[in-house]
Amino acid sequence: MKTVTTFLAIIVAIGLVVLPLYFPWTQVILTLALAKGLAVLGIIVLLQAGQVSFGHALFFAVSAYAAAYLGQAFAGGELLTMIVVGVAASLVAGLLVGLFVVRYRYIFFGMLNLAFSMILFSVLEKFYHLTGGSDGMQVARPLVLGMEFEREGFETLLFYGTFVIAAVAGLAVHRFLVSPVGNMMKTIKTNETRLEYLGVSPRSVLLTGYVLSAGLCGIGGVLMAVAQGIVTPEYAWWIRSGELVFIAILGGAGSVWGAFVGSIVYEFVRTFASAFAGDVWQMVLGVFLLIIILFAPSGLVGLWNRVTGRGESSTSGQSVPAKPQPAASKEPSA
Amino acid sequence: MNMQLVGLAIFDGIAYAALVFLVAVGLTLVFGVLRILNVAHGSFYAIGAYITASVGGAVAAGGYSPFLAFPLMLIAACLVGIVLGVTIEKFLLRRVYDAEEALQLLVTFAVFMILEDVQRLVWGTQPYFESSALQALGNIEVLGIFYTKFQLIFLPVVAITVLIGLRLFLRRTLSGKLILAVTEDREGAASIGIDADRVYLLTFVIGTALAAFGGALASATTSVVPGMGADMIVLSFAVAATAGLGQIEGAAIAALLIGLGRSFAVYLMPEMEVLMPYLIMLLVLLWRPQGLFGVAQSRKI
Repeated sequence: MKTVTTFLAIIVAIGLVVLPLYFPWTQVILTLALAKGLAVLGIIVLLQAGQVSFGHALFFAVSAYAAAYLGQAFAGGELLTMIVVGVAASLVAGLLVGLFVVRYRYIFFGMLNLAFSMILFSVLEKFYHLTGGSDGMQVARPLVLGMEFEREGFETLLFYGTFVIAAVAGLAVHRFLVSPVGNMMKTIKTNETRLEYLGVSPRSVLLTGYVLSAGLCGIGGVLMAVAQGIVTPEYAWWIRSGELVFIAILGGAGSVWGAFVGSIVYEFVRTFASAFAGDVWQMVLGVFLLIIILFAPSGLVGLWNRVTGRGESSTSGQSVPAKPQPAASKEPSA
Repeated sequence: MNMQLVGLAIFDGIAYAALVFLVAVGLTLVFGVLRILNVAHGSFYAIGAYITASVGGAVAAGGYSPFLAFPLMLIAACLVGIVLGVTIEKFLLRRVYDAEEALQLLVTFAVFMILEDVQRLVWGTQPYFESSALQALGNIEVLGIFYTKFQLIFLPVVAITVLIGLRLFLRRTLSGKLILAVTEDREGAASIGIDADRVYLLTFVIGTALAAFGGALASATTSVVPGMGADMIVLSFAVAATAGLGQIEGAAIAALLIGLGRSFAVYLMPEMEVLMPYLIMLLVLLWRPQGLFGVAQSRKI
């Protein structure tokens, strides 16, 4: 079973690497999808604890604007510095916001996140002289390790760079989820009181996960900003946050796989829907989301597991049970 | 800041609070009973506004009395409540009452996305402006300030009527008592023969109609543009959470608090205008996590 999954992972990864060579138009879409997938990974970390943030676009925007400022301050800037500074900024923001929001659960957790992100959104939009208002800020093509690249070369580099980052982040998050702290995160969802009885502070566990998820959104934000060449307040809008949660559910909230499968499918559906059904692409996505929730609540990954008859594989099979019951937890302990 | 500006800020705040209250009270009522935070609530507000503005525009262009705008608002609200409310509750929400909160939120988010495009398909992207109801009532002078009667008198009266009406409905009528019973304990209510499904449906339709009614009233004072639903939903979330989710009287006070906070920000620090509701909500929730009037829930072990 394990080998089949690994084998499949390798096949899909090779497919992703090779696809842009034969279909150059997919390169930009895939870069954007992977960047968004990194942010979705952050959402999935929080979903393990049963918490939905409707404001994680906040961290996406923080790092994207950090990269934009850096680029303007150093006339172009350096990609690696941008990533480091962007992620650092989102980690700090994640810690500050996290200290407040980890005291709340469920609706209030989601709402407070929403409030923080809307505050950033309004600041970005209103303080025109600092942030360029709703026009946003340009992000010039940065140097990579001190070297200058043409547009095409840079895009190729960015794609493969994003791919490597996504693979590393995916593995790291997978390790985190099966680690003791990762399992404690799942316990917050199934029975938080038990966690307290064990002498563990659920708040600090959730804070760890929260900062991690903010950092993941941060990486995604920088890459998105560089790939698009512009940052706008829309990065922090609550619809963006909703989109991230949407992709997580679409892919399957139980596994690292779900984030990238979901974001790639989402990005392609969105591209085709806006090309062929320009006026109604949101409607197409909405219907798509409804179908997934009603008929395949464990997402595309869960659907795949069901089709291939591997229904109860670790966490992805039954990722959407009823509301957390105080009764026995279904999660395996390791 | 002189007295006139203070007066203006207070009037603005009250008029605004009355509108926000109508939308937020629907949201909080639905949450109290169905335990679902309805993201599509803002769309009902927008659709109510669009219907009133477009039909009202046609009525006014036809040379009929501008006072027809008032019954039109009620009709628009009932229409949205019955058509959209019944469809969404029966065919979508009913299937996810037992699902995780994340999924319930996302179902309403999907409905929101679909309704956004429906609005664009039906009404296009150009703004609608139809203020015959506002003009029909004329102006009034208070403390040396001229203000429209519609905003200063009519809107607050409507809001207070709805508040009292809802309270009487819930406490005095059979349907209202059934709603309260199901809110308190769904299983217990069902076991003594209350049809919980019907109660859910009724509540959702009322909530939807209230949002649409808020939109219908708002259409007389501002132009109806795409995206107004998205803004309103976040705002009414803020009001409902500040009050404590499920708190009807509390929502009125929270709406006043946020409405006044916002209108004073407009005159004192214009950049802060949009920030104000969220800042107020954050401060309140940090101090009282369950909201101003919410009751802390006991934890189950």
